[in-house]
Amino acid sequence: MSVLQGIVAWFADPAHWSGADGVPMRLGEHIAYCLLATVLATAIALPLGLILGHTGRGGSLAINVSNAGRAIPTFGIVILAFLVAGSGLLPITVALVLLAIPPILTNTYVAVRGIDHELRDAAEGMGMYGSQVLRQLEVPLAMPLIMAGIRTSAVQVVATATLAAFVSLGGLGRYIFDGLGQQVYAEVAAGAILVAVLALTVEYLLSKLQTAMTARGLRSGQRDDPMAPKTTATPA
Amino acid sequence: MIAAAAVVAQVVDFDWIGRHLDDVRNYTLEHLLLTGLAVGIGFVVAFPIALLVQRYPRLYGPVLGLAGVLFTIPSLALFVGIIPFTGIGIATPLTPLVVYTLLILVRNTVEGLRSVPSDVVEAAEAMGYSRRRRLLRVELPLATPVIIAGLRIATVSTIGLVTITVLIGWGGVGRFFLDGFARRFATPLLLGIALSVLLSLVADAGLLALQRLATPWARGRR
Repeated sequence: MSVLQGIVAWFADPAHWSGADGVPMRLGEHIAYCLLATVLATAIALPLGLILGHTGRGGSLAINVSNAGRAIPTFGIVILAFLVAGSGLLPITVALVLLAIPPILTNTYVAVRGIDHELRDAAEGMGMYGSQVLRQLEVPLAMPLIMAGIRTSAVQVVATATLAAFVSLGGLGRYIFDGLGQQVYAEVAAGAILVAVLALTVEYLLSKLQTAMTARGLRSGQRDDPMAPKTTATPA
Repeated sequence: MIAAAAVVAQVVDFDWIGRHLDDVRNYTLEHLLLTGLAVGIGFVVAFPIALLVQRYPRLYGPVLGLAGVLFTIPSLALFVGIIPFTGIGIATPLTPLVVYTLLILVRNTVEGLRSVPSDVVEAAEAMGYSRRRRLLRVELPLATPVIIAGLRIATVSTIGLVTITVLIGWGGVGRFFLDGFARRFATPLLLGIALSVLLSLVADAGLLALQRLATPWARGRR
């Protein structure tokens, strides 16, 4: 049986679609890990990026720390957190949050910093104070790039959450590790396909959300985040 | 800082590290070999593709779209998934590593070439530069910072990815991860993480220095 036939047979087998090891259950677990990590990372990185960008202080330090964060091997962090905290959600969540913070933080900071000084002066000239400038001018203008950062993080998180299965959790990585252990490559491939499809779906949905959350006046350009630092994504 | 140092001194078994310096050397060399080959091959393949995309802008959408799709495949799955085709030789870790560097390098090289201001290109044209000469003398030098930025990202992420290849029998300093996991022993794990971060930072600094050397006109300006 060729690899391709094996994959088709795997998906066609009804046993793979129900129960604790079925696709719906594993998919649900995978989405839960990713959602938790992405929301937590956004809750940390977004306010931090906004404040640093707004005040213009400590920004380059944040960016450098953020870039150095990319050098941290996620796989090592998953295992380390597992040794420290034992099994459960904590190890994978810690690792995924650390992975997701840099793109959101960098993009938010760069977006707010990149706003034209004249616009900020105009807002101040109109009598807005700091928090108003932030809420009514900086956040809306920075939104496309902020959402691009969240999108990058979310896609990376979806791909990397496969490592949860290594520390005895569930998720779609289960198929990859179980298939690897039993040398059933069709199962590995099925897991990979499911993860890739999920990642592409997330990418698509978040790009729709990005457009929806962009102020109408900014949409006309249609260029995808012109100020974006190129290739913030790192493979997972 | 002192508290952190005290914790490290308590948790890390330095005697163990002292007894395993051979491993440190061998794993680091393996890590450098895999990273160097992956980024090197990736660049050699990515460069002509990027030039082609620059020459035929219609390719831009499809090429970058395909790159984006490949990016979403979890690396672990790719490493395991190609074993039936590549066996257990070095091609198994290397092929996915090259694929991932390609995605980053093609995109950055294309963006670098696109970032050259059009009036500069027009000026070169007006001076009678041929397409080839314009590319070599104007566009590539001006694109160098963005191209090297791509090399830096590709290198740092490859160094991280190499650690995952421990699951298919390679791994560089990632070999320490599996050892630490199997024995619930933090020392090799922390050592592996530290070495991996150190390799990334050194490689990144080296490439940054290369960029400074390659673009002397940008020095002193920011």
